[in-house]
Amino acid sequence: MKILVCVTSVPDTTTKITFTDNNTRFNKTGVQFITGPYDDYALARAVELKEKPGVTVTVLNVGTADSEPVIRKCLAIGADDAIRVDAEPTDAFFVAEQIAAIAKENNYDLILMGRESIDYNGGQVHGIVGELLGMPSISPVMQLDIDGSTAKLTREIEGGKQALEAQLPLILGCQEPIAEWKIPNMRGIMTARTKPLKVIPPAGNDTLTKVVGYELPPPRGSVKMIPAEEAETLIQLLRTEAKVI
Amino acid sequence: MSVLIFAELDEGKLKGSSKEAIYYGSKVAESLGTAATAIVIGQADDAELATAGRFGAAKVLHAADSKLTEANGMAYASVVAAAAEQEGSTVVVVAKSSLGDAMAARLAGKLRAGLAANVVDLPNLSNGFRVKRSIYTGKAFAETELTADKKILAIKKNTITPEEKEATASVEAFSPALNDSDFVLKVTNTEKATGDVLLPEADLVVSAGRGLKGPENWGIVEDLAKALGAATACSKPVSDLDWRPHHEHVGQTGIKISPNLYIAAGISGAIQHLAGVNSSKVIVVINKDPEAPFFKSADYGIVGDVFDILPRLTKAVNAL
Ligand SMILES: Cc1cc2nc3c(=O)[nH]c(=O)nc-3n(C[C@H](O)[C@H](O)[C@H](O)COP(=O)(O)OP(=O)(O)OC[C@H]3O[C@@H](n4cnc5c(N)ncnc54)[C@H](O)[C@@H]3O)c2cc1C
Repeated sequence: MKILVCVTSVPDTTTKITFTDNNTRFNKTGVQFITGPYDDYALARAVELKEKPGVTVTVLNVGTADSEPVIRKCLAIGADDAIRVDAEPTDAFFVAEQIAAIAKENNYDLILMGRESIDYNGGQVHGIVGELLGMPSISPVMQLDIDGSTAKLTREIEGGKQALEAQLPLILGCQEPIAEWKIPNMRGIMTARTKPLKVIPPAGNDTLTKVVGYELPPPRGSVKMIPAEEAETLIQLLRTEAKVI
Repeated sequence: MSVLIFAELDEGKLKGSSKEAIYYGSKVAESLGTAATAIVIGQADDAELATAGRFGAAKVLHAADSKLTEANGMAYASVVAAAAEQEGSTVVVVAKSSLGDAMAARLAGKLRAGLAANVVDLPNLSNGFRVKRSIYTGKAFAETELTADKKILAIKKNTITPEEKEATASVEAFSPALNDSDFVLKVTNTEKATGDVLLPEADLVVSAGRGLKGPENWGIVEDLAKALGAATACSKPVSDLDWRPHHEHVGQTGIKISPNLYIAAGISGAIQHLAGVNSSKVIVVINKDPEAPFFKSADYGIVGDVFDILPRLTKAVNAL
């Protein structure tokens, strides 16, 4: 079984977001980049599935050379090899087309990725790839087992969850608790250095959206503290001042 | 040429977020000089569907094939694509939701449409077609131009407040050919809480964290939620520990919500938690630690013990 795991390189979740160049560019200064937390769940499950013989895991990132530390970390966690499409991942459709082009050449049985990236939070790429490949896509997947050519999985729905069965090949957007995040060990880090990482140019340059500027939300006003002895007055304030109840 | 809105049903009724999407779509239609059409898939009666007119839809296309009763993002995308084709729609509006997301992504692939997710304002048509969307999990906004001919806008809850009017929409049956390839997933079991307010739809949310000490203490959270007619939510460790079901987990790795009121009890306010709730209109924080970081992001704060404060708030709500 061949598994492709698509990963994003995104600012660490504790990053204070700022912009430069008159609010037209994300300010990368001092920002630590990490594998998208949802992608990390997808990778962790793929590496677990690799415990069975005959399973290979390829990591794919659409990104500039800046993403290579994130890709090496995925290799250190247990992926066999990696592909980087050398381009800025500016638009969901563009990224989906890159993934679809590589998938067409390689016939993966399973394409996993996070349910959404944590920079643009679009949650679209798996669905678009599915459409481009004529394959089913399912998200957000919280449990996944493979039995021959059948996937048994659970996805979250509003207010609950749903168990599904489907035939491979499939594209899945993943989230917890599909697996526990994995931390690379020393041996993994050493072997990752020599695992193949292929860099290829993008296929086409179709973008359907373009960011023209950024903005930060206005700061919240200062907090109004209510003494614990008078907690009940909160309810009055929510009604008469904030007007939300 | 009309603006098409994908409107979802929950137990035969139009979802609140979809009513907002219809209203939003009708405003977009107004500025484009056209009408708004809603496409509704699944079982509902005509009287209910006609209420889409109150929110600005002139017409409702109703796809009621029994194969479509079970929510199915792939099949729904095919139906919406057929509706867009019939109506000549180049703009499709959906409310951000788990089904809406799945449908919209497949539809974007089918139509090669530019898709903007988490849209928080009406489009600006003065210079191309631009929308403001929430990015970095609520920490920033991106002004985004949709350069493709076809456009899909997935709007975040509380983007616009619908003003209802006295009007009914005409309802037309819509029965496009269905593709077998859209029906290949076999649902073997569905577990869904019934009767509760769905968290992503809720205007009011009462949320609790590890400060509640254990799942056996959730009664006081549920009591306040019930008194307010609110949904319940929780922090990540609470769902990791299985104190609460995962679909209640909000934050960076959970559900992102933007209700009118978010009450956080016994939650410290880690940046990853805030990411999922920072676009709530009003935030109330109850924490026994005056240094809890959450107070910095709150509108109202009470330094106190949740086991004392929550029951008192419930009483005060019930006394209203
Ligand atoms: C990549 C990543 C993603 C993450 N995603 C999320 C996410 O999506 N959502 C999320 O919530 N977290 C997320 N986290 C975890 C986050 O960093 C925090 O660990 C978590 O939010 C803490 O949950 P908590 O506030 O319930 O618990 P704690 O941090 O333990 O806080 C408990 C609070 O309760 C208060 N308290 C205790 N007893 C009482 C009492 N009797 N009365 C009143 N107050 C009391 C304490 O003062 C404390 O402030 C993520 C972390 C990472 C690294």
